[in-house]
Amino acid sequence: MYQYDKFDQQLVDERVAEFRDQVERRLSGELSEEHFRPLRLMNGLYLQLHAYMLRVAIPYGTLSGPQMRMLAHIARKYDRDYGHFTTRQNIQYNWIKLEETPDLLADLASVEMHAIQTSGNCIRNISSDQFAGVAADEVADPRPWAELLRQWSSFHPEFSFLPRKFKIAVIASEQDRAAMRLHDIGIQLVRNEAGELGAKFFVGGGMGRTPMIAPEIRDFVPADDLISYSEACMRVYNRYGRRDNKYKARIKILVHELGADEYRRQVEEEFAHIKTLNLDPPLAELERITALFGEPAYDTAAPDDIDLSHPGFTAWVKQNVSAHKQAGYAIVSISLKPVGGIPGDATSAQMDLMADLAERYSMDELRVTHSQNIVLPYVRKADLFDLWQQLDAAGLGSANIDLIGDIIACPGLDYCTLANARSIPLALKISEKFADPEKQRDLGELKLKISGCINACGHHHAGHIGILGVDRKGVENYQLLLGGSGAEDVSLGKITGPGFDEDGVVAALERVTDFYRKQRQDGERFLDTYRRLGMEPFKEVIYA
Amino acid sequence: MPDILNFRDRAPSEEASVSLDAFLDQSNANAVKIEPGEDARLLLPMLDRISLVEVSFPVFGDGRGYSAARILREAGYTGELRGSGEILVDQINFLRRCGFDSFAPQTPLSPAAVDRALSQFSEVYQATGDGRSPVWALRHG
Repeated sequence: MYQYDKFDQQLVDERVAEFRDQVERRLSGELSEEHFRPLRLMNGLYLQLHAYMLRVAIPYGTLSGPQMRMLAHIARKYDRDYGHFTTRQNIQYNWIKLEETPDLLADLASVEMHAIQTSGNCIRNISSDQFAGVAADEVADPRPWAELLRQWSSFHPEFSFLPRKFKIAVIASEQDRAAMRLHDIGIQLVRNEAGELGAKFFVGGGMGRTPMIAPEIRDFVPADDLISYSEACMRVYNRYGRRDNKYKARIKILVHELGADEYRRQVEEEFAHIKTLNLDPPLAELERITALFGEPAYDTAAPDDIDLSHPGFTAWVKQNVSAHKQAGYAIVSISLKPVGGIPGDATSAQMDLMADLAERYSMDELRVTHSQNIVLPYVRKADLFDLWQQLDAAGLGSANIDLIGDIIACPGLDYCTLANARSIPLALKISEKFADPEKQRDLGELKLKISGCINACGHHHAGHIGILGVDRKGVENYQLLLGGSGAEDVSLGKITGPGFDEDGVVAALERVTDFYRKQRQDGERFLDTYRRLGMEPFKEVIYA
Repeated sequence: MPDILNFRDRAPSEEASVSLDAFLDQSNANAVKIEPGEDARLLLPMLDRISLVEVSFPVFGDGRGYSAARILREAGYTGELRGSGEILVDQINFLRRCGFDSFAPQTPLSPAAVDRALSQFSEVYQATGDGRSPVWALRHG
């Protein structure tokens, strides 16, 4: 994986010093909260309902064992012994004291980590495919491109006061595991006819109150134009994105209002100009970064079969283990969705254990997924059984990846100042209702996503089944959506009709899944059945 | 007029800038002020007669002026480029990198704080045309 050189380390250390100074000025009263706000936000520090919340960047979701151990240390030392992995592959801590944040950031910097631009109206942490580098279906590892973009976007002087936040995802497979087209910019690495690697740009996707699927803006951006082209996309947005209304300020609204063709025309015109300015790093820089992500030393003699005689282990392998490009190896997804647990939460002890297991079984590397789980990307098939036993003993053995129990949920009204409704208690109730693993497996792939307000941090638009919490005359009310997808078959869910109270939405969910079980044809997932039948018959059973 | 924070090797212009509309209408003005929604590119045909472009920041969070500044510098403008309005010390470094070389902050900034802000980061990650070598250039000499 990427390793800082002296420049990267120096910049992160200097940022810690800068933030220390800013916090001191705030604590002394020299800086008002109004003027401190944008500064702390660009460092991922939010003032939430009960305390400060700090979001730490995990670039493209990749981290090492020592970095995961540091995340555990931070939870133990500065928070209440746990952290929350997010849908943008980051981690959040909910109970942070302002005066301790400079020391916390210094601890992070000691393992090449930071909280730079994890909030604010700037380019946020770049996300990617959690299987990057090990997926059998990728054209290349997307992370070197994401790292190049990370460096370009860090402290970018022109694009630090954008109309609104800005999220970029980079993938390199046809299969989309990162909800790429629901980002402000989605990049898919592709090869052209000459076999050269380039980037297909999709611009103007997003969720929130106006969900949009990003249209394709350019089918191939060569590697040595990547920065110029990104700069052109950003400049058109910075100049013309709406600033009169916070809710219309994301780039998706600009692209939608201009139309993809006109936005593309403006970007191409800007690009033709910017390309003359020599802003692109030489290809040697991408090569330098790519070399750091080089192939690990695989054991080429590793046996390629798995003993599936233990039923619990077999169920876990079937659900949580994915194909690896290297024979003898597997990709393991660790579910952070135990029955009755808060989706995405992990205790310090669990983080330490995952770090230990990564060191022992996965070349000391882990990934965070946008569905709030953890991946061990380099596990020898021969080690799977031992690994599973240790995970299971620590409450990390849930065999439910992509099943109904693998719920994405935002923090909701339990923590968040924006929320209208609680997400976590509802997620817990649903996970308990569908706790039976047999029942979950029988339902098959079913992506359930819960947001506690219209801002859609819980990706409810992209859920096969989505739930949106709203405030209806002072009472929490939950709307049900069907038919969304954040994968390569991307689509936006549709609201079924009037909302429900908490128990009502759980009951409606049961009616929907029962109806699916009766209606499904050979091998159909829930989403396939919904797409074949349409909304009407589902509505009939929901509101019968 | 507030005190001018000057980074040029000559004294800041004392001319009063006129609005973009007024400037485009009159051929004898050589100081112009542009507001966030205005297109800096309208000035490009006239750069050789401009000695001061003032870019207004009514609120610090409106970042359109950063793009305006770069567009002018990229087109070869070498005259004074002044940021005015809500100019805060924590934005000075970004503004300088985009080509601003003087400031008229509505609330005066402490010179010590400005110096500290400008020396906080020893290197930069991206090229912006401000003459600084980005980290990638240092890596590949």
